[in-house]
Amino acid sequence: MSFLDYFKSKKTNTASIAKERLQIIVAHERGHREQPDYLPQLQQELLAVIRKYVQIDDDMVQVEVDRNDSCSILELNVTLPEH
Amino acid sequence: MGKTTTSASISTGLARRGHKTVVIDFDVGLRNLDLIMNCERRVVYDFVNVIQGEASLNQALIRDKRVDTLYILPASQTREKEALTKEGVEAVINELSETFDYIVCDSPAGIEHGAQMALYYADEAVVVTNPEVSSVRDSDRILGILQSKSRRAEMSQDPVKEHLLLTRYNPERVERGEMLSVSDVEEILAIPLLGVIPESQVVLNASNQGTPVILEEESDAGQAYDDAVARLLGEEREHRFMTAQKKGFFSRMFKG
Repeated sequence: MSFLDYFKSKKTNTASIAKERLQIIVAHERGHREQPDYLPQLQQELLAVIRKYVQIDDDMVQVEVDRNDSCSILELNVTLPEH
Repeated sequence: MGKTTTSASISTGLARRGHKTVVIDFDVGLRNLDLIMNCERRVVYDFVNVIQGEASLNQALIRDKRVDTLYILPASQTREKEALTKEGVEAVINELSETFDYIVCDSPAGIEHGAQMALYYADEAVVVTNPEVSSVRDSDRILGILQSKSRRAEMSQDPVKEHLLLTRYNPERVERGEMLSVSDVEEILAIPLLGVIPESQVVLNASNQGTPVILEEESDAGQAYDDAVARLLGEEREHRFMTAQKKGFFSRMFKG
């Protein structure tokens, strides 16, 4: 850091941090807002079924709905533990 | 955040332009619009009394002493929030819309029952936001509710027309990178800007005395509200009070 930079005093621009954090959280929450209400329960029941056969954690089943103009796609992602 | 202050000023502004206007306080249990509008000692009957048939609208409506086309319907201070039913609110709004040009609904904070009742029958919504992370996030939540749970959404009609009103704005702090700017908030919420109300001591002074800020005609905040009302009515007005005033050497020295 040069001598002059010291006088410029780099104040952290907290407004830009706020904007960035807001953009992320708002996009995330909007994504959830458009999801059908039954998803959390569907996820729980899928978890229960899979657990009959394989032990997995709660976050290893991801359920999402993608809507296109003509159809909706139910995206199901199950991560199985490594052996 | 400024919802009640804004409701008081917008309704006063509409009424001053000759439109017969009523402003309804939806904050059951936490009534405050009466205090902001200086009619707290004139409340006899309230919104819930009217819904439950204990009083007529004419008995409950309070006529403003400053602007004679303005009426206030106070919230109940004692009842449960659930006393506001969809059917009850609809009946009152229908009756009011027979004689009034504008019905301004002052929503309580949050996204609970009272807020949902205040927005359910809306044609237009003014979302009041501060340039502060929690306020912007909450505003996005309420926009989600407007888009999914309002009557217009449920009936698949044209959506509620949304307006962004940014209050407590401090251009100096924005310039220093300490506060979200108007364009930041516009970009995040993605709704049209109705106005920017600068942070001002006048706002507190006005509410102390029960005067809607818009009547403080000399003040920047009062003028900013007047601009917002004009835009709400379709007038084109340039946005003001959004940039920091350059301070000269002497005002810096003496005003700090």
